[in-house]
Amino acid sequence: MNKIPIKQSPENAQTGWNLVFVCWILAAVATLGSLFFSEVMGLKPCVLCWYQRIFMYPLVVILLVGMFPLDKGVVRYALPLAVIGWLFAVYHYLLYSGYIPESLQPCDQDASCAKIDLELFGFITIPMLSILSYTAIIALLVMFRNRTNQKQLKLK
Amino acid sequence: MKKQIQVPIAAALLLVAFAIAVVIYNEQQANKLSETTSKNASLLVRDYSPTMGNEDAKVTIVEFFDPACETCKAFYPFVKRLMASNPGRIKLVLRYAPFHQGSDYVVKLLEAARLQNKFWETLEATYESQPSWAAHHNPQPERLWMLLGGVGLDLKKAKEDMQSPTIVQRIQQDLADAQQLAVTKTPGFFVNGKPLIQFGYEPLQQLVDTEVRNHY
Repeated sequence: MNKIPIKQSPENAQTGWNLVFVCWILAAVATLGSLFFSEVMGLKPCVLCWYQRIFMYPLVVILLVGMFPLDKGVVRYALPLAVIGWLFAVYHYLLYSGYIPESLQPCDQDASCAKIDLELFGFITIPMLSILSYTAIIALLVMFRNRTNQKQLKLK
Repeated sequence: MKKQIQVPIAAALLLVAFAIAVVIYNEQQANKLSETTSKNASLLVRDYSPTMGNEDAKVTIVEFFDPACETCKAFYPFVKRLMASNPGRIKLVLRYAPFHQGSDYVVKLLEAARLQNKFWETLEATYESQPSWAAHHNPQPERLWMLLGGVGLDLKKAKEDMQSPTIVQRIQQDLADAQQLAVTKTPGFFVNGKPLIQFGYEPLQQLVDTEVRNHY
């Protein structure tokens, strides 16, 4: 029997929750942003864009569900999606910047994955935004997992 | 802190930001569109463009259309009703924007029908039978020949006339003008040189009503 009372730090729990919350904000911003590009600005999403959307949109729902009440297992469900989406984003970025020849891309004639439709301030492209949001989400989720793991170790 | 409040507030802020961005972007686009149109106003009507209604009407509707476009088909009777409710005050000028696959074939046919003074009848028959020849995954404009029975066209002559290089030139000219005027979707409407910015029956009605009021 462990007689030492386990320190239930509400502060820690709050930080953990905030990490998931920030992930959720990132996913929501990415979702709304991509919808703005396609539905408002009329840029047609290419095939690779669609794959990145497929793995980003569900994060908005999964992370939200995982926050009420805070579910430490949320990483198990969210991280695989984020990692797969990140891989697509990196592939897309390499294609965009010309490291991968265009002939290797799985594109239809309507929207080319290699054609650059939008450049903000001359260098920010849509695949770059995608990589940034996926990377941030992955980093925060890993941080959250490490934090909860440590706590579990202490418990043992 | 109150988690339960944090999320709805964040969601609301995101949605508001999104809505504001939409409004700002649309405003900018509308201004740009008006600018493009007034800069290229001379391209709106060509001397060869098919025209319906009173020659001296003071309100001119220019419509860039595609015979395979369902929305163009839906707007055709609406535009005719607009004209009927303002007799003699509105004329309609059609411009070709065959964006769909196979549509240029139909435009050629329409131009050939025009040589037989059957342009509008053929256009109506074309719209009517649109579902049978303009399926998006498999457009078959050649099927139109079987569907034009009621119009009374000399089909053999029309088939010959379709080959005319003048018609090809007109289509290319119209497509080039459409590009200059930033028409990327059909139908593309302009009323007295003003582009229809928000698309729909009601905005078109309002635009036309305003022009009619200003000129009569």
